[in-house]
Amino acid sequence: MLDAMMTALSHFTQPQHLMYLVLGVGMGMIVGILPGLGGIVGLSLLLPFIYGMDQISALAMLIGLVAVIPTSDTFTSVLMGIPGSSASQATVLDGFPLAKKGHGARALGAAFSASLVGGLVGAVILTGFVVIARPLILSFGSAELFMLAVLGLSMVGVLAGKSLPKGIIAAGLGLLLGALGAAPATGELRMSFDSVYLMDGLPLVIVGLGMFAFPEIIDLCRQNRSIADNGTLGSGWKDGVRDMIRHKWLCLRCAGLGSIVGALPGLGGSVVDWIAYGHVVQTAKDKSQFGKGDIRGVLAPESANNAKEGGGLVPTLLFGIPGSGSMAVFLGGMVLIGLEAGPAMVGRDLDITYTIIWSLAIANVVGAGGALLLSPFVSKLTTIKYGYLAPFMITIICFAAFQATRSLSDMVALLALGVLGVLMKRFGWPRPAFLIGFVLAANTETYLYQALQFYDWGFLTRPGVMIILALTIISIIMGMRKQPVNPVEEEESSHSHSPKRAPQILFAGLILAIFALGIWDATQHTFLGSVFTGAVSVVMFIVTAVLIWQLVVSPPSHGANFDHEFDLANHEDKPNAGLWHYVLWVGGLVAGTALFGFLIAITGFFIAFLRLKAHASWLRTLLLTGLAMGGMCILAWSLVLDFPGGLLQDLVDLPWPLG
Amino acid sequence: MSWGRSFKHSLTAVCAAAALTCGFAASASAQEPDFAGERVELIIPFSEGGGTDTWGRFWAPYFSIFLPGKPTVVVKNVPGGGSTSGANQFEARAKPDGLTAIGTSGSTQFPYLLQDKRVQYEMRDWRVILASPTGGVVYVNSDLGVKSAADLNALKEINLRYGSQGATSLDLVPLLAFELLGLDVDAVFGMKGRGAGRLAFERGEVNIDYQTSSAYINNVTPLVNIGSAVPLFSWGALDDDGNIVRDPSFPDLPSFPEAYEMMKGEKPSGPAWEAYKAFFIAGFPAQKMVFLPKDTPENIVEAYRKAAISATEEESFIADREATLGAYKQIVGEPAERIFRQAVNVPEDARTWVQKWLTEKYSVQF
Repeated sequence: MLDAMMTALSHFTQPQHLMYLVLGVGMGMIVGILPGLGGIVGLSLLLPFIYGMDQISALAMLIGLVAVIPTSDTFTSVLMGIPGSSASQATVLDGFPLAKKGHGARALGAAFSASLVGGLVGAVILTGFVVIARPLILSFGSAELFMLAVLGLSMVGVLAGKSLPKGIIAAGLGLLLGALGAAPATGELRMSFDSVYLMDGLPLVIVGLGMFAFPEIIDLCRQNRSIADNGTLGSGWKDGVRDMIRHKWLCLRCAGLGSIVGALPGLGGSVVDWIAYGHVVQTAKDKSQFGKGDIRGVLAPESANNAKEGGGLVPTLLFGIPGSGSMAVFLGGMVLIGLEAGPAMVGRDLDITYTIIWSLAIANVVGAGGALLLSPFVSKLTTIKYGYLAPFMITIICFAAFQATRSLSDMVALLALGVLGVLMKRFGWPRPAFLIGFVLAANTETYLYQALQFYDWGFLTRPGVMIILALTIISIIMGMRKQPVNPVEEEESSHSHSPKRAPQILFAGLILAIFALGIWDATQHTFLGSVFTGAVSVVMFIVTAVLIWQLVVSPPSHGANFDHEFDLANHEDKPNAGLWHYVLWVGGLVAGTALFGFLIAITGFFIAFLRLKAHASWLRTLLLTGLAMGGMCILAWSLVLDFPGGLLQDLVDLPWPLG
Repeated sequence: MSWGRSFKHSLTAVCAAAALTCGFAASASAQEPDFAGERVELIIPFSEGGGTDTWGRFWAPYFSIFLPGKPTVVVKNVPGGGSTSGANQFEARAKPDGLTAIGTSGSTQFPYLLQDKRVQYEMRDWRVILASPTGGVVYVNSDLGVKSAADLNALKEINLRYGSQGATSLDLVPLLAFELLGLDVDAVFGMKGRGAGRLAFERGEVNIDYQTSSAYINNVTPLVNIGSAVPLFSWGALDDDGNIVRDPSFPDLPSFPEAYEMMKGEKPSGPAWEAYKAFFIAGFPAQKMVFLPKDTPENIVEAYRKAAISATEEESFIADREATLGAYKQIVGEPAERIFRQAVNVPEDARTWVQKWLTEKYSVQF
């Protein structure tokens, strides 16, 4: 082991190795900033270049890129409320409110320094862990993984807010939508209505964008101001670094959590940030600021998601089982340079494993440093008048959305989920609970089914299962220790207790109808194919019915009664447009895409928006439009990407990029 | 079209990453096509990472070097519908000009053979350029007391468990094999890839499994060496006459037909065997194939086949191949055509038999 460490260290004395590492980091920085692209696209852009490179340099470049993605994707999560990747969805919850208060630079400072700590701690843990990881990973069977999913679901209790039924229903809706498509046990297609798109299930990226980015964009458009409240930056990145030092133990805990959860194959890296976020809310004494801009809500997921990448390397290297999409590409890269994952990585090739782990640490230092240096400049974006920023952000989320399957359906899905997100935000339904349900749906169902097949109900008595079960109970008790205050939705005292309750009841009725549909669909399939969705639907149907009853009969001060629109109407600066105004704008963009294809539609959208909403001059409008379209075309070309086409493209054969 | 091309070129200048040779001359002569300055897209109907993507990215630069005019060959991932979306798109949009090719996998072939309703492509019409074979080895937990394929009859009495991705995935081949042998195997579905199945085997959750060749060599051989796994047979490989013979990577292991004969005392036959054979060929000896669209002019097909042959003779290709594609010889030119025909021509009664069996045993709806 010491020999391997020495050999690995000797690689770092070669300037060439570090040079490639920095090159990878630089590349990761660029693709990471663009939401939706993330590690997968970045890595696949690098793959053609690693031919003919020596193994160590190629690995350095790949690792540099993987390491920096969870750092650089924080820019849009914090500054624009657009989750840069599924690993930084939880960062949005507190990061973006901070940016809105003018603390964008501080939040970034905290996020990047936490990322740094996360990355470094992850590497230290891995150095020791990797040689003993094999038996540990093997001890996590389907039964234990199912219990871990349940532990994750128990976080819903903390994130539910004032109305527990709403939290439970939101999570249940997430579970149902997450289970859409092929049943793990039988392959039957559930709730997909013969649509090939739905058969594959809804892409997580689009769910994240629809739930968080879309409603924020709509809100900001309506208020038509800069993202930062008063158009200035109140604090700098150094304050953020100080925050990190103040909460160093939290960061260390979350980093440890991140690297262990990341190392478990099958759980998926996308829950790590939620578990870390749930953890910090659970253990905090004062929970009142979560969701409104508590710096701890940024520190926890960011330290965890960087540590996760290191953890994810363990099953990738030891078993050849990638824990995430970017790890799958990394594994492909390893194959291309002639390295095979397997037990040899902790035997004969241990020096390479150490080179990889320590490269990850160095890449984290370089990446976080670079991001910190950039943050004062990038955070100025939050002081730009929103009328100018909005079309860019809408372009960004559309571009991010159609990375999923590269079709018009992605945009339709984004719009539909976006509307759901807008309504959930308006009526105070906890969107994080929805997301946790969505992310864990497949794991919960698959591992429960497998555990039952392998162990029958006896799986509950396995020691690992019982330990995790105990943890789950402790976690629930800790969460209930204090009257849970709504950590997520911005709820301002009783302003939101609207006397007019018809809209809320209508929305809850819609949710009820979705569960009714779930029940009906369950009757169409075999027992194994429908028991999960059917059970979720039945339980949730009942809870929703209870909630509706509460909404109808309870006094206005009841926790379930919430209508953000009523709150806004009482506000001093009323929004300049109705709730649906800008949703219709985006709807128009999607309809335009269906007719003329994305590029033409977005060009028209840009011009119309800048002229009518930002009141820009023609010169400025054309300049900005040209800039945005040019940039997007270059990006699409280098990514080998066609823009979604419409009716026009079906009828006429147009040259790229129009066709 | 020329506008599109010049636009692409103005972008090329900006895009430092793409090393394209400049030039507008692309008028193909009747005999030798010239792809100078063009960008060829190799559609991979899967997302980035994973076996088929890696395989496509391995091949792409070799086509770049050996196609006339040295075009830039890029991989274009079109995931969705278990690879049917990308194949549908290729069928609908690819022009027969040699600028669009597709790289498929067993998961593209199987839905086509099973007449899945998502399939809107007629693979039979495509022009095959090359086929990349792979193999696999079936192994069991040593606790079962079996020492080799010779003891297969002892397995009949034991309830076996197999971790599977799904009955219509590549796992159809092992499931059919178990059926032919008359083994009592419970398939537990929902595994995310063969790796997950192997992990379940290592945990003791399942006791029979198979891995493709490179995964077997890297991850299962150590288990065999410490005595916790016992290899039974390999799927085998195809010889030039289309017979299933021993896999050259595992010369000491019997092939599946051999193992069958050892157990049953006769050669396999009947519709179940015919079905097995067709899906085996589409899943292993012809697992990954590169195609051009239908109606592609003969000279372009020839240029591609020549490029593939030149690549397989290149020294660096041979050196890299072992690591990336395994020890199997790539099948190019006329043999590729033959193996492709074998893979797509499933006798109608064999197809009906598989569909009925899948519906009865695994409630798959067609």
